[in-house]
Amino acid sequence: MSVTTLKSGSMLERVLVSGKFAVTSELGPPKSADVETIKEKAACLKGVCDAVNITDNQTAIVRMSSIAAGVLAMREGLEPVIQITCRDRNRLAIQADVLGAYALGIRNILCLSGDHQRFGNHPTSKNVFDMDSIQLVNVLKRMRDDKVFACGDEIRNSKKAPLVAPEIFIGAAANPFGDPFPFCVTRLGKKMRAGADFVQTQCIYDMDRFRRWMEMVRDRGLHEQIYILAGVTPLKSLRMAEHMRDNVAGLSVPDHLIERMKSAADPKEEGEKIAVEQMQELRDIPGVAGIHIMAIEAEKSVAGLAEKAGLLPRPIVD
Amino acid sequence: MIVAERKPFDEIFANAGKHHKVLLLGCGTCVTVCMAGGQKETGVLASQLRLASREKGVDLEVTEHTITRQCDAEFFDDTTSRLVEESDAVISMGCGVGVQFCSDRYPNKTVYPALNTEFFGATLEQGVWTERCAGCGQCIVDKFGGICPVARCSKSLLNGPCGGSADGRCEINPDVDCAWQKIYDHMETLGRVDELEEIQPLKDWSHNRDGGPRTVRKEDVRL
Ligand code: SF4
Repeated sequence: MSVTTLKSGSMLERVLVSGKFAVTSELGPPKSADVETIKEKAACLKGVCDAVNITDNQTAIVRMSSIAAGVLAMREGLEPVIQITCRDRNRLAIQADVLGAYALGIRNILCLSGDHQRFGNHPTSKNVFDMDSIQLVNVLKRMRDDKVFACGDEIRNSKKAPLVAPEIFIGAAANPFGDPFPFCVTRLGKKMRAGADFVQTQCIYDMDRFRRWMEMVRDRGLHEQIYILAGVTPLKSLRMAEHMRDNVAGLSVPDHLIERMKSAADPKEEGEKIAVEQMQELRDIPGVAGIHIMAIEAEKSVAGLAEKAGLLPRPIVD
Repeated sequence: MIVAERKPFDEIFANAGKHHKVLLLGCGTCVTVCMAGGQKETGVLASQLRLASREKGVDLEVTEHTITRQCDAEFFDDTTSRLVEESDAVISMGCGVGVQFCSDRYPNKTVYPALNTEFFGATLEQGVWTERCAGCGQCIVDKFGGICPVARCSKSLLNGPCGGSADGRCEINPDVDCAWQKIYDHMETLGRVDELEEIQPLKDWSHNRDGGPRTVRKEDVRL
């Protein structure tokens, strides 16, 4: 594909379009105005992945804004994927932020519904949900491709002024394990048709179910129309494995992994070993375009994992 | 119907205690059905107030009276108006609409709410009521197998479940049904699952309260 057909020109887009296997990771902004933490985390991830998700008030806990943290990460040499949830902002605020983010150099945005505020540190707040994540994807696509706002107005300062629209590579999340199961693929199809260029999946432990999901995805030909990055989160302990299995909605951790974590002399090392095996396995599944390593508050471990999984060095694609 | 719940007794007693003579005004419609502010509940609260004032040595006289509906002028008859005028304040056992209607009607009296008005809902079983409608002003339930995602999905999602739906339960609380599981199941029963592929556009919230307080005028019946 020639450079001229790129939608945003982001490194993530270039890697995916060139057919190379992509690697993304995550960086959680600090729960304060502290810049040093971002620098430290960014240093761990630099050169290890093509782009880094910057979470947006993840688990409904107030943190530095994803756009601000994303710009700080960019200064450290990372390419950010700004997450935007529908929980905290309405269509006016989000579109304004998208313009601002683009103006500051951000090229990738990931659209999410957002965890409900009852899980976070402001459970008495009001939520917004003016739109859902699929509608948000479509708003971004129309901003980029049709150069119009959600209301239909053109993105220009006046009738005679030039159109200056945000050229964004649009992402969304996919949960291959959510209920109702057949709807998981429907939802991926809707995200694709709404305009998503790529999705990152929920973290995968149940490889059999993920394979089944990918089969359904391939049956519909969706893998040819949207880039699918498979999510991996290394298990750190038996407790974490059990917590993921029992308390995280829509996540199953198979018994054989629980057993491995139970009998391991060094559970953390075993968890990383499992993650590396998973990444190698995922890479071979047809239709998987990349890996999304989610090691929130364990950014240090990402480089080692990527190295062991044979994902380094990262390519430079012009 | 409008579903409400009685406020904690202490909160009501604290307001009542600011006066010597209060009228406890029950409502015979929605809040009677949801057993929060009908004649029976008005009687119970009146006794509780009398008992508490006696125990605490507070000089409080409580009169109780229930009318058919507190959201309609015609039910505020002469007896009701006389009882209001004879009291220092009114404690309305109606929903928020009743409280305000009463307050509008008797501008020289403070009207306190005795209930917390919760939602538009239905009786699930004896003693259990649940939310069914958010009054968004543009009904779209037909697209979702008769189940309203605006009112019943915790995030009002219009294009399918979030990632948190598990075993038919909503991520916010295992006691809450996931509206989207229900929508999916019902559409499957109707043989209409394919329709859920359609992308629902941005909702026009201007018909919701977001457009400001709403008024309905039916011209052909106006006097
Ligand atoms: S779990 Fe179901 S009801 Fe709860 S927010 Fe998600 S889609 Fe809505």
